[in-house]
Amino acid sequence: MFSRFRRVRAGLLLPAGVLVLACGQPEPSSGEPDEAQRLPGGDTTNTLLLGSGAFTRPASNITEEHAASFYTGNSFFNQSWVQAPSSTEARDGLGPLFNARSCSACHFKDGRGSPPLEEDAEFVGILLRLSVPGDEAGDAPVPDPEYGGQLQPFAINDVDPEGSPRVSYAEHSGEYADGDEYSLLEPRFEILDPKYGELASDLMISPRVAPAVFGLGLLAAIPDARLHELADPKDANGDGISGRINQVPDAETGASSVGRFGWKAEQPSVRQQAAGAFLGDMGITTSLFPQQDCTEAEAECQAAIVGGEPEISDELLDKVALYSSLLAVPVRSEWDHPVVLEGQRLFGALGCDGCHVPQHETGDHEFEELGGQVIFPYTDLLLHDMGDELSDERPSFDAEGNEWRTPPLWGLGRVLEVNGHDRLLHDGRARGVAEAVLWHGGEAEAAKEAFKGLSRDERDALVRFVESL
Amino acid sequence: MKQQNKASRNYRRASAKVLSRALIVAAGLGATLACSSESDTEAEAALPAESSEAIRTYGEIVHASYADSLDAAKDMDAAIESFLDDPSEDTLAAAKRSWLTAREPYLQTEVYRFYDGPIDNPDDGPEGMINAWPLDEAYIDYTLDDPSSGIINDPDVEISAESLMSLNEQGGEKNIATGFHAIEFLLWGQDQSDDGPGNRSYTDYVVADGDGHAERRALYLRTVSGLLVEHLQGLVDEWKDGEDNYRADFEKLEPKLALGRIFTGMINLSGFETGGERLQAALDSGSQEDEHSCFSDNTHRDMIQDIQGILNVWQGRYVRADRDEVEGVSLESIVREVDAALADEIDDQIHESLDLANDLETPFDQEIAPENEAGNERVSKLVTSLHKVDGALEEAFDKLGLEVMNME
Repeated sequence: MFSRFRRVRAGLLLPAGVLVLACGQPEPSSGEPDEAQRLPGGDTTNTLLLGSGAFTRPASNITEEHAASFYTGNSFFNQSWVQAPSSTEARDGLGPLFNARSCSACHFKDGRGSPPLEEDAEFVGILLRLSVPGDEAGDAPVPDPEYGGQLQPFAINDVDPEGSPRVSYAEHSGEYADGDEYSLLEPRFEILDPKYGELASDLMISPRVAPAVFGLGLLAAIPDARLHELADPKDANGDGISGRINQVPDAETGASSVGRFGWKAEQPSVRQQAAGAFLGDMGITTSLFPQQDCTEAEAECQAAIVGGEPEISDELLDKVALYSSLLAVPVRSEWDHPVVLEGQRLFGALGCDGCHVPQHETGDHEFEELGGQVIFPYTDLLLHDMGDELSDERPSFDAEGNEWRTPPLWGLGRVLEVNGHDRLLHDGRARGVAEAVLWHGGEAEAAKEAFKGLSRDERDALVRFVESL
Repeated sequence: MKQQNKASRNYRRASAKVLSRALIVAAGLGATLACSSESDTEAEAALPAESSEAIRTYGEIVHASYADSLDAAKDMDAAIESFLDDPSEDTLAAAKRSWLTAREPYLQTEVYRFYDGPIDNPDDGPEGMINAWPLDEAYIDYTLDDPSSGIINDPDVEISAESLMSLNEQGGEKNIATGFHAIEFLLWGQDQSDDGPGNRSYTDYVVADGDGHAERRALYLRTVSGLLVEHLQGLVDEWKDGEDNYRADFEKLEPKLALGRIFTGMINLSGFETGGERLQAALDSGSQEDEHSCFSDNTHRDMIQDIQGILNVWQGRYVRADRDEVEGVSLESIVREVDAALADEIDDQIHESLDLANDLETPFDQEIAPENEAGNERVSKLVTSLHKVDGALEEAFDKLGLEVMNME
């Protein structure tokens, strides 16, 4: 776990190593101020707007041509879809079953969703994937035969919604090494009023919070080769951290591709991720996913009028994909504050940067704004075992139930201002950075234990650093 | 977060020292150093001396324009009350006129957005309650497609100031329940014609002739109109001189921070909001669903007065509704002192945009119609011009050494 830390320290003993560090950029987790880190998205970084609109700006270097599509993508991202048929032809085709009427319902202001913060509030910004065990022992789980792969709590007129999701929490308390106490919320999800038959006794529920949608194009532009280089599936270097690529099918070509997006890295591209969300979350078909997710039990769903084939054209889907690809990462305000730098040093010392890899250089991308940028997303986009407590016991392609993709950390501290909450992790159980760290297990067990061993000031510094990203 | 921001500025120098020390250590270890290590993004040049005066002028203009907006909204509220007391073609027409009049000063205030000031700070900024768009008509009232849609036609939903505020933007940015555009829809109705605005009948508000929901519709209109007045009053209060309010805090800020906010508003309103969200998106889709004031066909005025607001701030001069003038040291003079050519460029560019906005033909939905090449060209030129305004203002932002900061 601490091998990376030792390696950096060892480097400092060598004058030649010092020369490299001093003249180039400081090692990202060295705790040395590095002005490049002020702009986590390189030239694309939004340096003009913070506060509640911090995630809404286009890439600072956006071309005139792409700007035209960006604003249309923005409009289709924000607008509500309506039931077909409708006079607003470009925007009809909602449902029959759905989780939200618009992208922005869950990704409000291009930010992050959360579980309901008040009891009995609706599920917006979080959804439940559903599955049951496969036929044979050892088979991958399959979508629920009655309810499909995702619970859709809303429906168009004349179709019954599938049911009402609810969450409740069990509170666990714990202690840091210095005696400070903390508490963690363990969520329990359930489905009330199931409308299409009794729920399977072995039904598995996998909650998924809507992640923020800025900076996605930059993540797409990290070369495959870089991810292969970071991957260490058999932990050959013995640092306790494996890191695996989720090889997933490209829906258009069928080719096996590097998964990058989604909580389990199950989507290979922004476009496919967007098309998946259009279908699964809003019931909008695309050329990639032309079939509605209606099971045989859901006859009215199958019979409902469609809003075109597909319901969103390739042209508009492309614009929504361009929009989410070119949303800018916000500038860092506190990149050189001494407390933040101390937190940055601890982040490296604890080995957090073993998975939350600070820096990458993007390769070529179809949008030229995104190519050749030095970026600081703090992720390796790889799958890691996060322990049983976070497991949803539901594999997705190569990803095991307890494996999750390292989420990027950039912009994380601004979610509070943009979305009014600080919930983290795939089901939003963590209230802030410290709790998120405390939920880490598996490959991150040692880092978590090291975090628990820090003093309060050190913990605060680490948290402040992560919030400064 | 609040205290951290100021601290981060103070520590900027300190951290540069840390780096220098690291370099000295490296040199001590025998390495030859020939690299420049730091580039401070903050310009060292001091701001022109009259910057605080320009900030004072800004506060005066903001207050005067919100006060005008409030007065006009009160007139509108009275006209709506007269209409609801006695619905007729005439009283509806008068209410519509009062809405159009109220838009004129309000649009000039849009340039005070985007820095999470009183209008749009995420805690209680009323912007989303005042001017959010686009509007999903079916969220509020019946539409051509669905005669029973919307809050008004659902007796289970309570209509009160509190309930409508909580329904605003629930479930998506387009689910707008309150503000100017909700009132606009309730007065004009959906725009179904090519050459004119929406044509809602006053009978929608006549209990005996209506669809059974006239009373709820009237209550809705009265409620959102009252809310608008209330929200504008709050803004006037925050910008009143000599009070313990946002204005006082704003004027106490380091001038660089205050100017940073002023510029942030101008930059984001010109390129992003007006040029992008309102014009470019509408042009690209060619659909009136994407025009700003689609029910009343008043979108051209929106564009003109938004740009006028940018010009007001730039010139340090605002002509009030009663033709009185508020004038003082301008942003232009500050920029001119640092870079006269840039000041000329910004001035020319804003004026060009204003001219191009005035050149738009009405109704705007026909300007963006795909077959109207000349109209598309006029809109496109305005978009390009606004992006140039944005670019030139960004240059001034950098030249003055302003920096985008966390909001306080």
